[in-house]
Amino acid sequence: MSDNFVEVQGLRKFFNVGNNRILKAVNDISFSIKQGETLGLVGESGCGKSTAGRTIIRLYEPTAGSVTVDGVEVTKLSKSKMKAQRRNMQMIFQDPFASLNPRMTILDIIGEALDIHGLAGSRAERKRRVEELLELVGLNAEHASRFPHEFSGGQRQRIGITRALAVEPKFIICDEPISALDVSIQAQVINLLMDLQKKMDLTYLFVAHDLSMVKYMSDRVAVMYLGKIVEIAKSEDLYANPQHPYTTALLSAIPVPDIEDEGRKERIVLQGDLPSPINPPSGCPFRTRCPAATERCAQEAPELRETRPGHLAACHYA
Amino acid sequence: MSQEMNVNVTPGAGSNPFEKIGRDQNGGERIVRKSLTAWQNIRRNLYENKLSMVGLYFIIAIALMAIFAPWVTGLITGYNYFANELANANQPPSWAHWFGTDDLGRDMWVRTWKGAQISLFVGIAAALIDLVIGIVYGGIMGYFGGKVDETMNRIAEILYAIPYLLVVILLMVVMPQSLTTIIVAMSITGWINMAWIVRGEIMRLKNQEYALASKALGAGSMRIIFRHLIPNAMGPILVTLTLTIPGAMFTEAFLSFLGMGVKSPVASWGTMIDNGRQAMTTYPWRIMFPALFLAVSMFALNVFGDGLRDAFDPKMKK
Repeated sequence: MSDNFVEVQGLRKFFNVGNNRILKAVNDISFSIKQGETLGLVGESGCGKSTAGRTIIRLYEPTAGSVTVDGVEVTKLSKSKMKAQRRNMQMIFQDPFASLNPRMTILDIIGEALDIHGLAGSRAERKRRVEELLELVGLNAEHASRFPHEFSGGQRQRIGITRALAVEPKFIICDEPISALDVSIQAQVINLLMDLQKKMDLTYLFVAHDLSMVKYMSDRVAVMYLGKIVEIAKSEDLYANPQHPYTTALLSAIPVPDIEDEGRKERIVLQGDLPSPINPPSGCPFRTRCPAATERCAQEAPELRETRPGHLAACHYA
Repeated sequence: MSQEMNVNVTPGAGSNPFEKIGRDQNGGERIVRKSLTAWQNIRRNLYENKLSMVGLYFIIAIALMAIFAPWVTGLITGYNYFANELANANQPPSWAHWFGTDDLGRDMWVRTWKGAQISLFVGIAAALIDLVIGIVYGGIMGYFGGKVDETMNRIAEILYAIPYLLVVILLMVVMPQSLTTIIVAMSITGWINMAWIVRGEIMRLKNQEYALASKALGAGSMRIIFRHLIPNAMGPILVTLTLTIPGAMFTEAFLSFLGMGVKSPVASWGTMIDNGRQAMTTYPWRIMFPALFLAVSMFALNVFGDGLRDAFDPKMKK
């Protein structure tokens, strides 16, 4: 076994949308994450990044491919073995207003994780454990008896994090955990996630569309476009030397907090919309919007290849 | 001059009126509102709704009268719902007979409350059976979707398509004419509406992030359906339930009219209204009292159901 904690190979998730049409939400993606590392997964809305996260944790059954977490191939596990494996991998959701059951108290929401895996012997122990976890994320023990609607967005997101942590996972998929939060609260949640990572040696897959947050948070970054990974590299390297034209365009959209620089900056505006994943373009999926597209791009789909050491891009001209 | 500026400053901060106080770390996370359990919340919200409380009091009063009035009146006056007293037939309301007497000289007061017993019992029993079958069937249909949903839905549709009266008449052939038969007959097709309501709600809720989070934690389907989804669908379920009770009471009256209801001398509001209809112009009290109580209990059930729905929604807080 390699030193990769999470290994995703050729993962595909297709949805049948009726009339024999297939929506290729995730189309053959591969990547790996080392223990304690954070991999950022970025891309615009509808590119399949959330689906990828949900398929990895088997909220959706993958169409093809394999996912190995901590040496265990999870895509073929039986129900009972998968349940045990779920203690190893958890997920933090995007919308803190939808991810907590409005009819349950915080004690029951977090306690459910303990109940499912039989981690608390008695009611008192369950309560004590939940209160401990709440304090770990900076909430008070007395919050346990509250209902979700009594909390602010940031507090709710911390409760969502607490729930994921309750089973002591080693790998957490963060599905845009900050995109529904105020900017002032985003930093708070991000810093909490990074603190927890250090404290508990967690491995993150950080799905997001906020490039500056991803840069701050991730060791490596993968860029997705139309169900495929088009570029993957070390964070600094990707931001300094983007190889794929799509990445270049994405990075040019990051605002610079300096009026003069912002004015001088060259913004690449992509033409057209994201093509439909039901009927993707031939060859390179990005060619319909790529400023450098040629004949070759329409005929031949580019493979992910190493263009610089440790830097992979899927473009003929990178 | 400087002395004047310091007038409003607390003595301790005299040297620097703009001393930074800083954020009270714990205070910011505190929630001042008293912690309430789910049922306390629902009760409190219900109490605030005057009209639905009036409805509730009416239902309780009618139920209490139905249970005790025939018995207590019997003890005091010796009247009962079955003994004929032809000399006293068709008496208008008086001190001796508060609601008058019917064509066989039976006291209408006693018979009205005896009828309430039967009507309420049929309504509640049929509604509860619908509720249980509907929730289980609809919950499974909605949650699993796909082929399971299709098959179960076809079965429900086929049952729904059979003329309802046919089912009742056929059932009467094999079962004795009794209250049980009426309730069974109503339940055979009555649960389908509830099942469809539950199915729709579950389909709407099953992709909510809290359900996904529970799945990611390793919760089984039954846990997700009955712990997470059904409680959140309780609003529409209760509204349907409160409409099912009066609906069942009406159906019972209708069957009684066709001669398939409870057998004389046992009375239900339905048989009494039917009986009174024959002498509506000459002895109006014979139809007036059962009809009045039937209408009042329908209204009370409806406003109570509405109030209950509002009370169940924790977001309805003022």
